[in-house]
Amino acid sequence: MTSLNEQTMKQSILFLLIFISILSEGRTIRVGPTHEIKQIKPALSLSSQGDTIIVEAGLYQEGNIVISQSIVFLGEGMPIIDGEKKYEVLSIKANDVVVSGFTIQHSGVATMDDPGGIKVYYSNHVTIIDNYLYDNFFGIYMQCCKNCLIKNNKIVSLGKEEQMIGNGIHCWKSDSMLIIANNISGHRDGIYFEFVTHSVIWRNISTYNIRYGLHFMFSNDDSYFTNLFRGNGAGVAVMFTSRVIMINNTFEENWGDAAYGLLLKEISDSYIYGNHFVKNTSGIYMEGTNRIYISMNVLQSNGWGMKIQASCMDNTITNNNFVSNTFDISTNGSLVLNTFNENYWDKYEGYDLNRDQTGDIPYHPLSLFSVIIEKNPPAMLLYRSSMVMLLDKSEKVLPSLTPDNFIDHKPRMHALPL
Amino acid sequence: MNRIIKFILLDIVKNKVVLLYTILLAAFSWSAFGLEDNSTKGVLTLLNIILLTVPLVAILFATIYIYNSAEFIELLLGQPIKRSKIWCALFLSLCFSLLFAFLIGAGIPILIYAPNDVGLMMLILGSFITVIFVSIAFLSAIATRDKAKGIGISMMLWLYFALLFDGLILFLTFQFSEYPIEKMMIGVSMLSPIDMARIMILLKLDVSAMMGYTGAVFKEFFGTVLGTIVSIAILFLWMWIPFFWSLFKFKHKDL
Repeated sequence: MTSLNEQTMKQSILFLLIFISILSEGRTIRVGPTHEIKQIKPALSLSSQGDTIIVEAGLYQEGNIVISQSIVFLGEGMPIIDGEKKYEVLSIKANDVVVSGFTIQHSGVATMDDPGGIKVYYSNHVTIIDNYLYDNFFGIYMQCCKNCLIKNNKIVSLGKEEQMIGNGIHCWKSDSMLIIANNISGHRDGIYFEFVTHSVIWRNISTYNIRYGLHFMFSNDDSYFTNLFRGNGAGVAVMFTSRVIMINNTFEENWGDAAYGLLLKEISDSYIYGNHFVKNTSGIYMEGTNRIYISMNVLQSNGWGMKIQASCMDNTITNNNFVSNTFDISTNGSLVLNTFNENYWDKYEGYDLNRDQTGDIPYHPLSLFSVIIEKNPPAMLLYRSSMVMLLDKSEKVLPSLTPDNFIDHKPRMHALPL
Repeated sequence: MNRIIKFILLDIVKNKVVLLYTILLAAFSWSAFGLEDNSTKGVLTLLNIILLTVPLVAILFATIYIYNSAEFIELLLGQPIKRSKIWCALFLSLCFSLLFAFLIGAGIPILIYAPNDVGLMMLILGSFITVIFVSIAFLSAIATRDKAKGIGISMMLWLYFALLFDGLILFLTFQFSEYPIEKMMIGVSMLSPIDMARIMILLKLDVSAMMGYTGAVFKEFFGTVLGTIVSIAILFLWMWIPFFWSLFKFKHKDL
């Protein structure tokens, strides 16, 4: 008897709560072919702050849809919103908007006002989850936003030329963004950050984009963890930025003369830890970078493991594995202001008499041939020729042309388990 | 002609140097594959050994053998046999014995450890290199009667193709570094069969640094069907021209 009473009590409290929530948080408007409201735009004009609009499966071609109130905008059964190759599909101009469960396709193409599948203007706390964006100029475009979440979206486009396609996720002048678990391909840049601060990029997969998998400009204090960048036209570029943290990312198969696993240009005070650079033309390319700590990374099967230009200063490269790269390191000058320590080099031929797991003779990772190639690329014709190997061997014993302070004093005998 | 070939082959086998060469190649190849942890690295290690030792042994052994069989050749010339037949028989039996040694010594480990198109390419190009350098040996042996001079020429030619030519290319690339010389380099590489063989195998191996701009230009040529046909044709030319030249000289030589 008492248990039944308790149950009814609980139920009535629940009902009361729901009633209160309905009163305070607004109504739910359903849109769909079987409902009174058959299109999205009328539903939006009926709605007010805090309402929920649920759109049922179907094709909606209504030009540019603008959300200008704080509403929850949900799709049921992935309804398709189509921009007919003419309009920006969904524009968000209000705070606290949630967009989830839509297929958004065929936005217009225009280089003056950059239409996007979803474009957010000057808003805070916008959430964009579980959408599928197909064949849009820009995928998701965030302009001057704060505290937004972009999660679990699949963004696919069919770009052929750099000029004719926008970026997958484009953030401009924003702060505190969370970009999580999105899957992006076929855009110009997978993820593009310009003047974006205090943001996190986590568990995204950015593959086969025309230019960069991830492109960073003037974006300080950002982090990216556990992302996969594969087969992008030019890899990943991080430029003109301070205090970036890159942990546990994978950079794979970025082939081409100007393709880099990770391109660092004018970066300072950053941290690169536990990443994998596999099968790139150049694993890491550094130009004008200062005070970067590169540790516990795997650089494997790259053409060049690391290209460090002479303009780099005070970088520390320690505890990394350099395995089966054609050239482990290359540089363009004789000035060396960086520290190499305790890395594993599979080309190291020294010995370890005292068994402390570090080689007794220091290792010169810079081969003469890599210096020659840097100055004169056609000499690649002689790669692995007997004469070049002779030159390399003699240079290793007595460095004369390569800078003799380019040196790892404590090379590891065994690879780190990474 | 068949009887002459049989006779010379028997003589070469009795000589035991070719046997030693077989064992040497086998030792190199097995250890190259045994020491490296994957077959690609093994192929790369073996590539250098093959590109150095195979031409050296082929050219030296063939030159010395021709000089040593001068009396035998003179004896045969007294018989009613065509001069070209004698010279061809000598060429064929030397090629055959050295090819056999190469295919047994290096071929078996390659086919076991790298039974793919790279391994096959290596065997084909190794065979080409063997025949080409035997053919060059015939030319240098016929060039002079003096044995020391002839062997000297052979060694110089080997040194030139194996090492000096690459040095020359390096010098050229630096001299012309201001110009777009990638396409020209393809032509230059055809002037040395060793270089051609090396580039063809490296492109098959997909070595990552070759994928840079220069690599792309090479791949565009050597990677296509037309490029392969042209390069195989060039290798055939390398085989036939020195030998036919020497045959022409032998026919008209006052012995």
